[in-house]
Amino acid sequence: MSTEAQELKNGGFWSRARDSDIWFSFRKSKVTIVAAIVTALIFLSALFAPLIAPHNPFDLATLSLLDSLTPPVWEEGGDPRFLLGTDDQGRDILSTILYGSRISLAVGIASVLFAAILGISLGLLAGYVGGRTDSIIMRIADVQLTFPAILIALLIDGSVRSVLGGIDREQSAFYVLVVSIGLSFWVQYARTVRSSTLVEKNKEYVQAARLIGLHPIKIMARHVLPNVMGPVLVIATINLALAIITEATLSFLGVGIPPTQPSLGTMIRIGNDFLFSGEWWITMFPGIALAVLVLAVNLLGDWLRDALNPRLR
Amino acid sequence: MTLRKSLIGATLITGALVTQAAAENTFKFAFQGTLKSLDPYSLNETFTLGTLNNVYEGLTRRGPDLAIMPGLAESWEVVEPTRWRFKLREGVKFHNGNDFTAEDVVFSADRVRSEGSDLKTRIPEDAKFEVVDDYTVDVVLTSPNPILHFEWDTWGIVDKEWAEANDSVRVTSASDQSATTISLQANGTGPFKITDHDAGVKTTFEANADWWGAGERKSNVDTVEFSTIASDATRVAALLSGEMDLVYPIPVQDIKRVQDNEATSALTGPELRTIFLGMDQMRDELLYSNVEGKNPFKDKRVREAFYHAIDIEAIKQKVMRDLATPSAIMISPFMFDNASDFQRLAYDPDAAKTLLTEAGYPEGFEVGMDCPNDRYVNDEAICQAVVAMLARIGVKVNLNAQPKAQYFAKVLASGGFDTSFYLLGWTPGSFDSWNVLHNLHGCRDEAGNGGMFNLGGYCNEDVDALTAQILVENDPAKRLDLITQAYQITTADAAYVPLHQQGLAWGVSDKVNVVQRADNVLMLYHVNLK
Amino acid sequence: MLGFIIRRLIQSVVVMLVVSLIAFVMFRFIGDPVDQMVGLETTLEERAQLREQLGLNDPLPVQFWNFVSKAAQGDLGISYQFKQPVSQMIGERLPATLELSFVSAVFALVAGIPMGVFTALRRESILSKIFLTVSLIGISLPTFLIGILLIFVFAVNLQWLPSFGRGEVVDLGWWSTGFLTVSGLKALILPSITLGLFQMTLIMRLVRSEMLEVLRTDFIKFARARGLKDRAVHFGHALKNTLVPVITITGLQLGSIIAFAIITETVFQWPGMGLLFLQAVQNVDIPIMSAYLLMIAFLFVVINLIVDMLYVVVDPRIRLGGNKA
Repeated sequence: MSTEAQELKNGGFWSRARDSDIWFSFRKSKVTIVAAIVTALIFLSALFAPLIAPHNPFDLATLSLLDSLTPPVWEEGGDPRFLLGTDDQGRDILSTILYGSRISLAVGIASVLFAAILGISLGLLAGYVGGRTDSIIMRIADVQLTFPAILIALLIDGSVRSVLGGIDREQSAFYVLVVSIGLSFWVQYARTVRSSTLVEKNKEYVQAARLIGLHPIKIMARHVLPNVMGPVLVIATINLALAIITEATLSFLGVGIPPTQPSLGTMIRIGNDFLFSGEWWITMFPGIALAVLVLAVNLLGDWLRDALNPRLR
Repeated sequence: MTLRKSLIGATLITGALVTQAAAENTFKFAFQGTLKSLDPYSLNETFTLGTLNNVYEGLTRRGPDLAIMPGLAESWEVVEPTRWRFKLREGVKFHNGNDFTAEDVVFSADRVRSEGSDLKTRIPEDAKFEVVDDYTVDVVLTSPNPILHFEWDTWGIVDKEWAEANDSVRVTSASDQSATTISLQANGTGPFKITDHDAGVKTTFEANADWWGAGERKSNVDTVEFSTIASDATRVAALLSGEMDLVYPIPVQDIKRVQDNEATSALTGPELRTIFLGMDQMRDELLYSNVEGKNPFKDKRVREAFYHAIDIEAIKQKVMRDLATPSAIMISPFMFDNASDFQRLAYDPDAAKTLLTEAGYPEGFEVGMDCPNDRYVNDEAICQAVVAMLARIGVKVNLNAQPKAQYFAKVLASGGFDTSFYLLGWTPGSFDSWNVLHNLHGCRDEAGNGGMFNLGGYCNEDVDALTAQILVENDPAKRLDLITQAYQITTADAAYVPLHQQGLAWGVSDKVNVVQRADNVLMLYHVNLK
Repeated sequence: MLGFIIRRLIQSVVVMLVVSLIAFVMFRFIGDPVDQMVGLETTLEERAQLREQLGLNDPLPVQFWNFVSKAAQGDLGISYQFKQPVSQMIGERLPATLELSFVSAVFALVAGIPMGVFTALRRESILSKIFLTVSLIGISLPTFLIGILLIFVFAVNLQWLPSFGRGEVVDLGWWSTGFLTVSGLKALILPSITLGLFQMTLIMRLVRSEMLEVLRTDFIKFARARGLKDRAVHFGHALKNTLVPVITITGLQLGSIIAFAIITETVFQWPGMGLLFLQAVQNVDIPIMSAYLLMIAFLFVVINLIVDMLYVVVDPRIRLGGNKA
């Protein structure tokens, strides 16, 4: 690695993050601390769900239809075995939330990563290189935008079904969702990154770096990328939430995670049918879990953006 | 009705302001599905035909109890075993004022069997219609057929003169380059006229003051507005908020809510559709299973084990909220008099495990299951419950629940019967057992010739022989006996695992009186506003 | 500029061709249209015959060519399920979707921008935190659940607003509007909020974060140093400079509002394009699906073009893409 590159690295993304008194700003904000704790708790409980959940809702042999629709323990007719009640199949809501948030988080994180990597790379390329590359990428983006996530999911789901013939639906549904949600998100990153790159690349420091003879990839990674991370983080945090919600929406349309191994979204969708009939707990508790998770992640994202952004100090 | 002319992507709508049709007695109802084409021969589907039945009438009608009643034919008799004589009602007029005569019947009989019609099975292909005089028609058959007229209530008679003048002789087909008049406008003889049709959104009906049956019409409704509301929750909300006078179906779990609400009540009753589980008994190796080299479902003990594993009472109570009648046979007891002779195999997981062990699967096996998730009442929930129940006898079921478009495309003949284990529902359109025995139990080849909806390929030659006899037997008592024999064989074979007849649930405003027919059809002349 | 527009128009035609091609390949997988067009009891021979008549057995390129050449003449075919010309059905449904999208976009902008500005300028105030938190909770639930909850509260319990449909519409030539009747306006409220809530939050957060960034720049510091009033600084300089990303996102969101309208329209049985499309997907109504996608592609192309042109107007530093490498 050349000396210049070394120096650039020191002035790069992570050192800037460290210099921004990230720890100080974290301790300063009580909301952030709470959000971080909540997020950590949800991640941990999702991770260790098999250890802490009172039941295994995915083990169908233990389910009894006769336990179904039990209200939470403090309501009349509640059962101490089921703290938050059971759903229409007799699954313990608490356990299902623990297992379900695992699936929701996995779908969310995987699809956001997929979209971000794809979108940032293409956006940088389009903005920095310009010309025909730019045109082609942005027109692909146009085509992409025409297809709502719903449609992409139907397409991919359909193809996967016809290839696999419905075997391992529980497995394939996950990948179908990650790819279809990811594909419907990347354009946002690409366009935002591209428009920022268009502004950044004409700035003096980038032109200076070019004059020194740095490789374009390095310029993009070291100079342009950190400067477009702000909007990207905003999008990514909102996207994580959106991905989880899109998954729920897709299950509303019948192409989400199958109900035999429900995600939070699938649980809400199932519970949706029981809103008028008074079995509010089937949808409310997963709904609260989802809302808390999304809220915490978003608050954390807000803080992270402010803390990482050198211009906000 | 105003005809809207299309102009390159845009639409010219005639008229400036839509004035509210504030008739005295307006009845508003919503259904989950859409009224597709107005052409009465375009689609053989209960809701479309049932609704158009208010506009187009058949030679026969079905009463509130589904009994066959005279419709446009006042009476009929079997003159010879293969010759039926229909006496037509005189003085009946179509909505445009044309007279209804024997010519219209013959024309409709040709049209319903023409290319593009989805109702070809209403009349045998080789039946001849002969005009005796203006109000008498003879139907000449090649073999006796006791159920000839069983589905004629939904074969609506079309006005020959009008159809010919309006380019509507051919049945509207999607492959057409242009829409026919009859798919956009209606001209029947029935108690209601269609005044406006916004496909998939709203259809407005107006009472036909000149209807021949006006004397017996108990309805005081002047205008009817039908809207499609596909989402269950929204449909229930539209009733509870008072925007709708009748919505159907309502989800079984919302019955109590609708009942408890002051201004509404739930109208429930048994439906004719039987829900059942089917198994692939034809292939030598299942498409979706970990058992290799053989097909476990070919072994009757495995099928019986599955039957024993189902706790039908739990499904009835918890999934169906008691709005289902567990069934031991593949047809509703309303359509088969000896239904009470049959008993379900008891819920007995231990017996099921024993049977599986005897069949050579002590540890169970894995199998894929196909299930629709938007077709029958709580279909997906039933499948999930079945999966959990089978898990308890060691059978791991991989559930593949899909919307009906994909589900039917996969499991039906057109998809090559691509399934190992499935949930399906069946209502015989003729309300008769022959339909059930032929379609669900008849032997078939790989292409589906024979029992076209016998997805699992169950085959017993004795049943096929009985089915053939039932088709031509004119004596009701003998016929019933043959049907009973056939069901005894199929039940002993454990050809299927019947589950239940699902229930009907309508949400009705207390402002109206309606009659709920067991085929889930709403006849508007049964509607009365208080 | 003219050359730019012409180039973009040519590209747009290519985009729309690609969209329809992809659409065509895709429809293979959604199901068999014939299954949805006939009753269950229709025989295999009749199904095969129908498939042949519909041209579904033709090679894909032939089908594609037939569709494109007809579409270019404005003939989008006949709907498989409704047996009506698709162009007529879309003409009837388009106003519903556009009015709904327009009202929700206005709602999102009118509520989102001021809230964004406020939360940026008064970062520490309680109201800012309430805005941020409440708006987040609003987008933490799936659209369909929010819709149902709104119906539950405002239609069923309070009975203030209708639970479904457009209410009464007035036909203005080929356009049917819900803006001119009381019931039409009331019917717009719940669906627009449901549809616009997400965009409102997004715009608010975006305006806030961009404002915060711009307020820290030297350019603003200089403006302050020059003694300009806060008001002038905030709105004349800061807000103006946040507009590039806001325009990008709003433009993009306009498209996704129309796409997301599918869910809202389903929940509220709103007789628009989205509902028509979803019904078409469920019934494998290929002519409607193709036409819908073409329409959406066209809308996106137009929106993108406008967004790109606005860039130039708002931020002259950007050179038009594609001129030089």
